[in-house]
Amino acid sequence: MYLFTARDIVKRYSNHLALDKVSINVQESSVFGLLGPNGAGKTTLLRIINQITAPDEGELFFSGRKFKSGDVSSIGYLPEERGLYKKMKVGEQALYLARLKGLSRDEAMKKLKYWFTKFEIQAWWNKKVEELSKGMQQKVQFVTTILHQPRLLIFDEPFSGFDPINTNLLKNEIIELVKNGATVIFSTHDMGSVEELCDNITLINQSRTLLEGNMKEIKMSYRSNMFEIGFEGNETPVLAKLDKNCEVLAHVEDGSHHRIKIKAGEKISGNDLLGMVISCAPVTSFNEVIPTMNEIFIRVVNAQNQNTKTQKT
Amino acid sequence: MNKTGLIIWREYTTRVRKKSFILMTIIGPILFAALIIVPSWMVQMEDTDIKEIAVVESDVNGQPVPDSLQFFRDVIPNKENIKFVYLNNVQLEDILKAFNATQYDGVLYLPHSLISSGSNATVEFYYRKPPGVGMENHISKSIEDFLFNNKLIVKNISVREIESLKTRINLDRVDWKNWPARKVDVTDAKRGAGYIGGFLIYFFIFMFGAMVMRGVLEEKTSRIVEVIVSSVTPFQLMMGKIIGIGLIGLTQFVAWLILTFSITTFVQQVILTKPATIQTEQVAPPGIMDNGANPEKVITSQDNKAEAAKMFSGIMMQLGQLNFVLIIGAFIFYFLGGFMLYGSLFAAIGAAVDNETDTQQFMLPITIPLILGLFVMFNSFLNPSGRLAVWFSIIPLTSPIVMMARIPFGVPVSQVLASAAALVLTFLGTTWLAAKIYRTGILMYGKKVTYRELWKWIRYRN
Repeated sequence: MYLFTARDIVKRYSNHLALDKVSINVQESSVFGLLGPNGAGKTTLLRIINQITAPDEGELFFSGRKFKSGDVSSIGYLPEERGLYKKMKVGEQALYLARLKGLSRDEAMKKLKYWFTKFEIQAWWNKKVEELSKGMQQKVQFVTTILHQPRLLIFDEPFSGFDPINTNLLKNEIIELVKNGATVIFSTHDMGSVEELCDNITLINQSRTLLEGNMKEIKMSYRSNMFEIGFEGNETPVLAKLDKNCEVLAHVEDGSHHRIKIKAGEKISGNDLLGMVISCAPVTSFNEVIPTMNEIFIRVVNAQNQNTKTQKT
Repeated sequence: MNKTGLIIWREYTTRVRKKSFILMTIIGPILFAALIIVPSWMVQMEDTDIKEIAVVESDVNGQPVPDSLQFFRDVIPNKENIKFVYLNNVQLEDILKAFNATQYDGVLYLPHSLISSGSNATVEFYYRKPPGVGMENHISKSIEDFLFNNKLIVKNISVREIESLKTRINLDRVDWKNWPARKVDVTDAKRGAGYIGGFLIYFFIFMFGAMVMRGVLEEKTSRIVEVIVSSVTPFQLMMGKIIGIGLIGLTQFVAWLILTFSITTFVQQVILTKPATIQTEQVAPPGIMDNGANPEKVITSQDNKAEAAKMFSGIMMQLGQLNFVLIIGAFIFYFLGGFMLYGSLFAAIGAAVDNETDTQQFMLPITIPLILGLFVMFNSFLNPSGRLAVWFSIIPLTSPIVMMARIPFGVPVSQVLASAAALVLTFLGTTWLAAKIYRTGILMYGKKVTYRELWKWIRYRN
């Protein structure tokens, strides 16, 4: 079931079209990746979801019905451009932000205590925000985002400014939240974390949806019959044995150990390829090469940009 | 608490606890008094360096006069910063030729022909640097007095006799509406209350308006604004801020009122306990306000004190006659109305720019009507029910300031209603307009904003 749906969203600014009939479907209790190069329209879409700006056309649905303005209290939003009141004390500020999301004072207090203990940041309660380092501020900001236990969490570049240890802490926290039923919309340029976290993705470029669906399926659909084989011994008989429809893309030699990357012809399966090699040398490893999200991202975006360029000229 | 309430609460509590606010609340009335007193004090002490003026006499033929024949010696008394040196046997041309070699700052030339002059005469004063108004008046007044007394002596009339013939008139103003009862006229107190009220509104709108602008800018530059507007609408955030800061202004005003009242009561009770009889008198006999000094009376320090006490109690009595409920009520209404009007514009400016230096270009259209209001207010004291004062107290951009100056004098209800209605309608309008600029501006970074751009934002649907 979809927790959140945006259908045919159009947003126009005076001199450009920010979103052109973009639709997204976010499955409940999953991580949804919203991807795209800079200026693609991601932030605009996130602002529309948060009711910060209104779309010119299109509809939003939440939990199976039309989106109501009151639904924003079921959303936790960590924008890319974020900050806190510098002169305000950490605890007071966290309390204020929680109450703006509709929590009562006591409830907010109880939850803050829990999270501050969990993140080991109790000592900061009475400090002014300006006394904290950037990473510390980010931690506080993360807590204030998830405190009211929103059903939908929106993270825009959540890991920027975090060291690897804290990034990991946060990733685990996000996985935990999803396990407990939360739904996450996750926008980032860090394709590594997309592969780690996302179930489904939508990639937008030049204000339009370019690619969407289950991440694993997308990756599978972009595989191109490419394999990596490792073996010991002499490479000459192996290369000679290969079908003429196989193309060796890379060959790494490490002493007597070899690794070759092969693009196999259309009708050649993995098993066929393995059969060819296994008769000539002891095989140590055999993998199908599946493209990373990073490669897919670059490939499709570049292709589209190239297309529009040629169309224009 | 609803969300706007929460925002108001935050804006209020974070500011009311600030040291600067507490300090301003305590020393505000003192500063304000200083603001009124210091300029006049500054005028008095215009020059501190001592000026030396040479006085040169000549007889009726223009020839220098020896010591024994000097007629004008010591006619002009020295002042703190002006010293007059009476030269004998000196020709005017000689001293002017050698002027640079002398230490004198000026030369006053007094020919004996002055003695027999009629009702008008001219005296030459040669200066290195132009004299101040104070010095000019001192010189001509001293010579006038001397010549006048001299003529009296010549005509064998005693100075006392002349003085006894003079009658000083103090205009005893009586408000016809009170007649036939004779209440003490309170025009001075009304002027004072109007002046303070109008000026305070001008001052408050600027001070707290700038506070709104900085607050918006702070939220924008610290980038917290996007987090906040994902919980509340930009309009709620803007209104919460304006109302919260407006309440800060009111708190300050009430604190000042209480403080001023306590201080004056203290002064009245402790320091000036003597003239209790006058204080209690509500209906004063004619002439009680007469503080014209009798020239023959020798003023002692004790008299001075009594005089001060009398003046103070006179002021207090006048103030007692003012309709404070009306004045304070009007102040609160016009402050809030004016502040909402200008505060929303200040908020829009804060939202439109990225840093404080960029605010200047948009400040001008706000500053001009406020300063205009202040000037019309000064003018309206000359004629509180004149056409200029009436119109500017109805036009909403200036009405908070100008109407405050008129309120103590009594304003027709129809004019107050028109002014209040116009103010409310206008602040609804400016708030609506400002909200549109605000909504777009707070999420817009790194863009050079022009008036044309603002106009575009106003026309955005959402």
